[in-house]
Amino acid sequence: MSKKISRRKFLVRGGIGTIGVVALGTYVFRNPLRRSAYSMMETIVSPYSGSGTEPNLWFEVTKDNNLIVHSPKVEMGQGTFTGIAQMVADEMDVLLDQVQVIAAATDTGIVDSLSTGGSLSIAQLWIPLREMSATMREMIKSEAAKKLNVEMAAINTKDGILSSGGKEMTYAEAVSGVTDWEVPDSPELKPMKDYKFIGKPVSRIDLRAKVFGEPIFGMDAEMPDMLHAVIVRPEHVGAKYKSANIEEAEKMPGVVRVVQMDNWVGIVANSYPQALSAKFKLKVDWEVSKKWTEQDIRDIISVGNGNEMVIQKEGSALRDDDEGVVTMEFKSPIGAHAQIEPNGAVAHVKDGKATIIISTQVIGVTQKQVAEALGIEPENVNVIPTYLGGGFGRRLNTSHAIEAAQLSIAVGKPVKYFFTRKEEFQNDMFRPPTHHVMKGKLGKDNLLEGLEHHFASGNVAIGSVIVPDALHGIIGTDVGAMRGGSIQYRNIPNFRAVQWHSTLPFATSWWRSLGLLANTFAIESFVDEMAIKAGKDAVEFRLTQVGDGEEGKRIKNVIKVASDKAGYTEEIRDNRAMGIAASIDGNSPCAHVVTVSIENQQIKVHKVVCVLDCGLAVNPDQVKAQCEGSIIMGMSAALHEKMTLKDGQLYPTIYGPYDMTLMKNSPREIEVHLVKGVEVPLPVGEPPLGPIAAAVANAVRRLTDRRITELPIKLA
Amino acid sequence: MKISFNINGKPQVVEVEDENTPLLWVVRDVLQLKGTKFGCGKSACGACTLHVNGQAIRSCSYAVKFAAGQDVVTIEGLGTPEKPHPVQQAWIEEVVPQCGYCQPGFIMATAALLSENPNPSDDDIDQNIINVCRCATYYRMRKAIHRAAEISNQNPIS
Repeated sequence: MSKKISRRKFLVRGGIGTIGVVALGTYVFRNPLRRSAYSMMETIVSPYSGSGTEPNLWFEVTKDNNLIVHSPKVEMGQGTFTGIAQMVADEMDVLLDQVQVIAAATDTGIVDSLSTGGSLSIAQLWIPLREMSATMREMIKSEAAKKLNVEMAAINTKDGILSSGGKEMTYAEAVSGVTDWEVPDSPELKPMKDYKFIGKPVSRIDLRAKVFGEPIFGMDAEMPDMLHAVIVRPEHVGAKYKSANIEEAEKMPGVVRVVQMDNWVGIVANSYPQALSAKFKLKVDWEVSKKWTEQDIRDIISVGNGNEMVIQKEGSALRDDDEGVVTMEFKSPIGAHAQIEPNGAVAHVKDGKATIIISTQVIGVTQKQVAEALGIEPENVNVIPTYLGGGFGRRLNTSHAIEAAQLSIAVGKPVKYFFTRKEEFQNDMFRPPTHHVMKGKLGKDNLLEGLEHHFASGNVAIGSVIVPDALHGIIGTDVGAMRGGSIQYRNIPNFRAVQWHSTLPFATSWWRSLGLLANTFAIESFVDEMAIKAGKDAVEFRLTQVGDGEEGKRIKNVIKVASDKAGYTEEIRDNRAMGIAASIDGNSPCAHVVTVSIENQQIKVHKVVCVLDCGLAVNPDQVKAQCEGSIIMGMSAALHEKMTLKDGQLYPTIYGPYDMTLMKNSPREIEVHLVKGVEVPLPVGEPPLGPIAAAVANAVRRLTDRRITELPIKLA
Repeated sequence: MKISFNINGKPQVVEVEDENTPLLWVVRDVLQLKGTKFGCGKSACGACTLHVNGQAIRSCSYAVKFAAGQDVVTIEGLGTPEKPHPVQQAWIEEVVPQCGYCQPGFIMATAALLSENPNPSDDDIDQNIINVCRCATYYRMRKAIHRAAEISNQNPIS
């Protein structure tokens, strides 16, 4: 039960770049004794659509004087809950271990109806969350003033205790019994120097749950009397469900019901192993109109095919008949998310209301989609998000929540449904393959006179539920695939970037860092090659040609610092060579210097020196953890991962054959250096994926004289 | 049919329809111990790693009948926040987990490795710790494994 009080409107500045954060709202506050709630609602104008979303934060004070924050964003490993706790603790004047953060459910909090993604959570919450916390602190002070019979201004707050002239009271005591709140103007935020937690490398607040195996994930959720289900998903790309012979499956032990829908068939059983065993007895008839091949996909994703959009244009274009123009082609493959927790949901639909427990990055979208599919109002769908066993963009699509709900309707009980691993691999929302044509020409002083990046990709943002198609009509391009596609060398007199977009016969979408990984591989490999042709040092060649604007200065800085810290050299020492590359993503420039050797045709990355300018690091240790993870995940895509079409199906379908970077091929040394080019938090979780593939390829070039132009990088 | 084994030090009898049911699902859905995770169902990722008589076992592909009469230990039985196992202690000190889903499997695999090899070299770690972590926390895990060895050697587990 919640009671809203005097709504107030105020504006806050926040977010990054062109992203404005507008907050209008009321606080939501919940006293566990009276369950009286007061709300503050903020509207974040998304960087994509400009349409309003309504993340809402609930502060809850427990009887034992701890604080529960109902977060509008989910925790998928990126450390956002810890950052939230730090911001709240500092402005609320409580200790970090007094703060618990949980993901808000749609019934009990107002969630971010857009998404948790884009590495934006901390950047977006930086100002509004601290303002809400500070305002909440003042509201508690105001109540304490009445109870202690002292002036509000005379009250000090520390560690969740209010004190004045020898009198003391806990926050819990202050909020006890309060039914009507006064909401003051947002107080001034504390100066940075007064923060005890923000900017400090505090430990993660979810360590205990994650080290002792607490049931915090979607897969761990249960409901009373719950049944278990599987759904049969197609193996062939583009296959359509026609019908199924269910006779044998229905007779299998434990099977409660075989559920046949228009476009799928599922089995509900008493246990998961029973549902899975019965699945093998189903005879499903699929319509496969075409057996897609690798070549088909390459023909579609090809520069010159599809919709063309010039995203950058300066000076004149390079002419193909100009002898001085160097042209190289680059490619990247289809990539799988391969997050370890499978997609799935626990759903219960009863009396026109649905409850969905799920690992999702799009709480609001999940709610809306289930409501639409079931023909009920969104407020009748309660989405309860859990911790995510990996996100990486995969959980921006949660249509399986609908299927779980439909299965629940079919059997009239709660149902848990999740993908098998093979289904995950064959029905992923893949990272699209790419094709790049790089062109460059050396001119005066052996510097680039012209540089062009022409690239083709499948859908990333187009077709996604979180980006309205109308927006693409306006922008004219896929805003996800273009990430990292622009030329950062603005001192070159002539440069351009041109995107070609096509849609593939299988779903492609958001994969951590979107187009950044492949685009940076192409651009930074080519620039490196041009440096070699120019007979110049790879660092100097870059520094001279990166622009001189604010962004350019920050890019140059990360290149310089990375080069210095790593002691970058073009020489091969002890059979090891270095490679450097840099990119900027979400306004966070990043440079890597890698040290590589080759033994038996195998590439070994010994050391990575990473320099990231993510502005103010709310938690420097977790920023470093994100860099380490991004580097190794990026190496995995750069050196190992690849999905291939064979006989119309996507392979491989299991870890192992889907080759990835594991412990044995992770670098034993990773050094992360953070530099601060601006005073606000910027994206962290994706920018360090950018330069890794090119950095490795550039080192390999120095060891072998071979320029690798295709991911994954293979020598044999 | 009934199958008896010790789970986290306590005797347990479970009733299963099929003795070939993977131990993973008995642990998760019958015994309600959710710390052992499902990742792939084919022994390929290691998220379901637990101990049977001290050995690391990938329980998604281990029939419950083989557990009969054995000692099964899951992440819930390895240590507690009050008395963490050295591996858990090291994981906390090095702040290893990100999403956390695969971590119980890695922790169980590491605990089994250390009981056989109290001072694993980097190469030993490479050869023995072969689970999959998609957040790619390997760099910190390696440090935590060395740290866990240090902690165990200072305070040997009885």
